[in-house]
Amino acid sequence: MSAFAKLKADRRLARGTAVGVIALAGAFPLFFDSLATQLDTAIYVLAYVCMALGLNIVVGFAGLLDIGYVAFYAIGAYSVGWLASDHFTGIGGDSGVHLAASEFASSLSGIHLNFLLILLAAMVIAAVLGALIGLPTLRLRGDYIAIVTLAFGEIVGRIALNGDSVSISGYALTNGQQAIAPVDQPYLPLVGYEFDSAFNLRPYYWTGLLLVLFTLFVNFRLRDSRLGRAWIAVREDEVAAASMGVPLVRTKLLAYAAGAALGGVAGAFLGAYTAAINSNQFQFSFSIFVLAMVILGGLGSIWGVVAGAVALATIDRYLIPEVFNDAPSLLGLDFKLTQLSFGIFGFLLVLMMVLRPEGLFPERRRRLELAEGVGAAGGMGVGEESVHEART
Amino acid sequence: MSAGGGSLLWAEGVTKVFGGLVAVDGVSFEIPTGSIVSIIGPNGAGKTTFFNMLTGLYKPTTGRIFFDGAETTRKRPDVISSLGVARTFQNIRLFATMSATENVMVGQHSRMRAGLFGSILRFPRVRREERAVRERAEETLAFVGLAPIRHEEPVANLSYGDQRRVEIARALASNPRLLLLDEPTAGMNPQESARLTAFMERLRDERELTILLIEHDMQVIMNVSERITVLDHGEKISEGPPEQVRADERVVEAYLGKREP
Repeated sequence: MSAFAKLKADRRLARGTAVGVIALAGAFPLFFDSLATQLDTAIYVLAYVCMALGLNIVVGFAGLLDIGYVAFYAIGAYSVGWLASDHFTGIGGDSGVHLAASEFASSLSGIHLNFLLILLAAMVIAAVLGALIGLPTLRLRGDYIAIVTLAFGEIVGRIALNGDSVSISGYALTNGQQAIAPVDQPYLPLVGYEFDSAFNLRPYYWTGLLLVLFTLFVNFRLRDSRLGRAWIAVREDEVAAASMGVPLVRTKLLAYAAGAALGGVAGAFLGAYTAAINSNQFQFSFSIFVLAMVILGGLGSIWGVVAGAVALATIDRYLIPEVFNDAPSLLGLDFKLTQLSFGIFGFLLVLMMVLRPEGLFPERRRRLELAEGVGAAGGMGVGEESVHEART
Repeated sequence: MSAGGGSLLWAEGVTKVFGGLVAVDGVSFEIPTGSIVSIIGPNGAGKTTFFNMLTGLYKPTTGRIFFDGAETTRKRPDVISSLGVARTFQNIRLFATMSATENVMVGQHSRMRAGLFGSILRFPRVRREERAVRERAEETLAFVGLAPIRHEEPVANLSYGDQRRVEIARALASNPRLLLLDEPTAGMNPQESARLTAFMERLRDERELTILLIEHDMQVIMNVSERITVLDHGEKISEGPPEQVRADERVVEAYLGKREP
């Protein structure tokens, strides 16, 4: 069989598998009670898959090591907090500002925009923030990019934490650990349906699934496009990419913005689901958690990243706290497994690095790179200095 | 300003200083449209540094560079590339994990228009563009003589000679007017070098390309170049047709050292 025919057959098989998996995922909530813990877990899993796929664009495709991704989760969640709660009571008079909000939310003061509008807003705000965070990293490479993004992630986390004492014309910025709550439940204006997490989690699940499908679509389309090729080219060899006409600044900023937008939309979804925007959610460890999903699954490999996110999120939200939490006491030990969460993740990552460093389902390219030791070959014809000069 | 009559590229007193090292020292230089010219010189003479300034990877410390009548002195490499200057590298710099076709498609980046939203929504226009770019990539690979069976192969798996071919194809794909080749025959045997020489002449005649060459292989240089510029310690020490340069005392000196009196 020729390489091309094989490629085609592979593609057909992959497509078939994808349709099967998506159908199963769609039917998943029907097997459980409408308030089952498994559904709650699954909703988190779906949100994390979105975030991991977003980060995959930045780290996997464009090769920009971003370890401050929690910033976009935060900005997405706060979009919901600000735009769908009574946090800004007094704006728009006693009645507040409403746009396609549910009947109940329309009776509240503060700003209450429709959930779908907030998803859009979160994407836009996160994309802008993503590009801004990207700006100072443009002249850096590798580990140095990581340090800058780490700092930005921390800055956003600190602002979230201490935002309760930051007052903008009388309104606290974030409420810090007191949380902005309650947040409006999503409302679909045309059908007139309002979500209610106290009675039925399924609508949240299906919304999350739609977001994942959207994110997957964006990932696949971008990967096989002019922009996706430019990202990979920049990852492989910046100097060569620039010499072939790829504008480095623009290309990198688009990667940051696209990745951030997906993180923002997932953050808004999760914010609406948890209904309380608490600064404790936005810690550095979360950035590492999402990065671990990408690495575990296989940098740059879309299905791999999905698998990595599903695996880690399930372990974190379900297996450790729900299933095996009491396992140590069965052995006569006096602690809960949740106290060891980070240790378990660390151990899993080390295990992965030893057994399968390319990830669960590596990208075709990466597999090659690790197997044969090829990859971003730094030529000697152009020194490091050119890289700096080329970027200005 | 106007570039010297009939010159595609024109450099004027170009100097590059790295710290205390003067890598290129006040070199003025012209490439007549439709010609093949070469830069030679001993190792460390500043040839590649000069190349990198022409393509925007280095910014000259002083001096000016014009391409096709427009100043490109401080322009970014991608801008210079989109104006019609393409290059290859001394040490092959392909995108190792991409296929040959994809590499050549990246070469057409500046000729494409699809943006972020266009790529996601894949409008008919984007789809057509994508198809055209892929076809052009296949054609260009065929033109440089890469067997079709290797087109979808990650370039890291290709032989050295094939990688050179892909690199030239990637440069040609952007439909440049000026092609800069940095030691294209490095590592080739005499037959392969001869084939490449013929290929360069074909590029000039069929595709109306102007070619600037850095080379060490004197056979190739003397056969193909209409004019040769010799650099030594960053300075231009000689310039002219092959016979003249070959006879130049200073060139012999630069390569072999001073003759005993």
